Amino acid sequence: MRYEAPSSLEQAVGLLAAASGDARVLAGGTDLLVQMRTDVLNPELVVDIKHIPELRQIKEDSAGFRIGAAVTGAELKEHPRLKDVWPGVVEAANLIGSTQIQGRATMGGNLCNGSPAADSVPALIAAAAKASVVGPKGRREIAVEDVMLAPRQLALTKGEIIASFILPPQAKGSADAYLRFIPRTEMDIAVVGCGVCLTVDDKGVVSRARVALGAVAARPLLVEEAAKALLGSKVDDAALRKLDAAAGAACKPIDDKRGTKEYRIKVAGVLARRAAQIAFERARKA
Amino acid sequence: MAKHHITATVNGDPVEFLCEPQETLLDALRDQLNLTGTKEGCSTGDCGACSVMVNDRLVCSCLMLGVEAAGKSISTIEGMAQGDELHPLQQKFLEHAALQCGICTPGFLVAAKALLDKKPDPSETEVRYWLAGNLCRCTGYDKIVRAVLDAAAEMRGA
Repeated sequence: MRYEAPSSLEQAVGLLAAASGDARVLAGGTDLLVQMRTDVLNPELVVDIKHIPELRQIKEDSAGFRIGAAVTGAELKEHPRLKDVWPGVVEAANLIGSTQIQGRATMGGNLCNGSPAADSVPALIAAAAKASVVGPKGRREIAVEDVMLAPRQLALTKGEIIASFILPPQAKGSADAYLRFIPRTEMDIAVVGCGVCLTVDDKGVVSRARVALGAVAARPLLVEEAAKALLGSKVDDAALRKLDAAAGAACKPIDDKRGTKEYRIKVAGVLARRAAQIAFERARKA
Repeated sequence: MAKHHITATVNGDPVEFLCEPQETLLDALRDQLNLTGTKEGCSTGDCGACSVMVNDRLVCSCLMLGVEAAGKSISTIEGMAQGDELHPLQQKFLEHAALQCGICTPGFLVAAKALLDKKPDPSETEVRYWLAGNLCRCTGYDKIVRAVLDAAAEMRGA
């Protein structure tokens, strides 16, 4: 294995594009090193992207937040503004692993690891985040919901790297929330995860909504029917019942040791209701 | 593939070592620098036995490459006592019998110190969440939590 730690995106892209064998991007390494250790992956080249300035920064301007793909969970939590504007995204990223894992794990890695249960991904999808991707042909933006195609399969071509995530400016009366269910209090992989982002108008009615689910299909889902259930409502019981049904109907889960299909469908509806209520309460104060 | 020549700071001292590109920081500490206080448990980031500080950030050294340590400042359990004087956390672990077999102890101590350096007066809940990534199969955790809270109280008073 060859290890490279380039200081620019151009160099990183060049190295990945020129690799003859399996080439992997190293951000926090909390998934990659486990996969290398267990011989799931045996890369010929590992490109450490943590020396590239854009990937390690959080910037806020009129276009919203731009979060470097290699910013760690601990750094997201410590940012003075991010958790006020995007509490759901920060909560989701902070649910990944232990304190030790938070010191290294990144949202870029969480997405590119290609797990349907990645915690930060439904929150980013609900937030309408875009991935800013740099490759041999230049830079492009992809909606986060379009990055992962199936387990371990991404819509990135050879040499492409996610450089940062762009979170759009949060309109007045908007807020997000993320909830995950695991069989214990800490340190497990989602049975279901649900991100909700809402905008509430000055009459207290939901004027915009996005709902995303994780761990209930081959990839994280943006669930438009679930968002429609909330639109025009004050997140009352009737809207929540419709949301519950729409979230459950969108699930195409598997049975595994963490839960059966039926259980995941049930929990998806429950989490969607609860996350919508949290986002609604936050949005009314935002 | 040639080994990488790495220079870093470990427990305040400049060090250099040679390591293979795929070698973990944990293996580099133990095998190249003979700092065997840091333990290997699961090797998958679940147990926290390999906890160290890298640039003041708590990490699992089994999930970091040795080559990534270039230029970094690393603290391990070996840097915790000052000469013969134990750190208050180490002393309280002894007093509360917060260890039995001891394999998890260096990781717990490094992780607990990271918490108290950041937050001198944590609640019991905060201690338990902070240490959720450190597994112990002997103590049942309660004595560890008591020791950390007691050490925190003593350090605030000192």
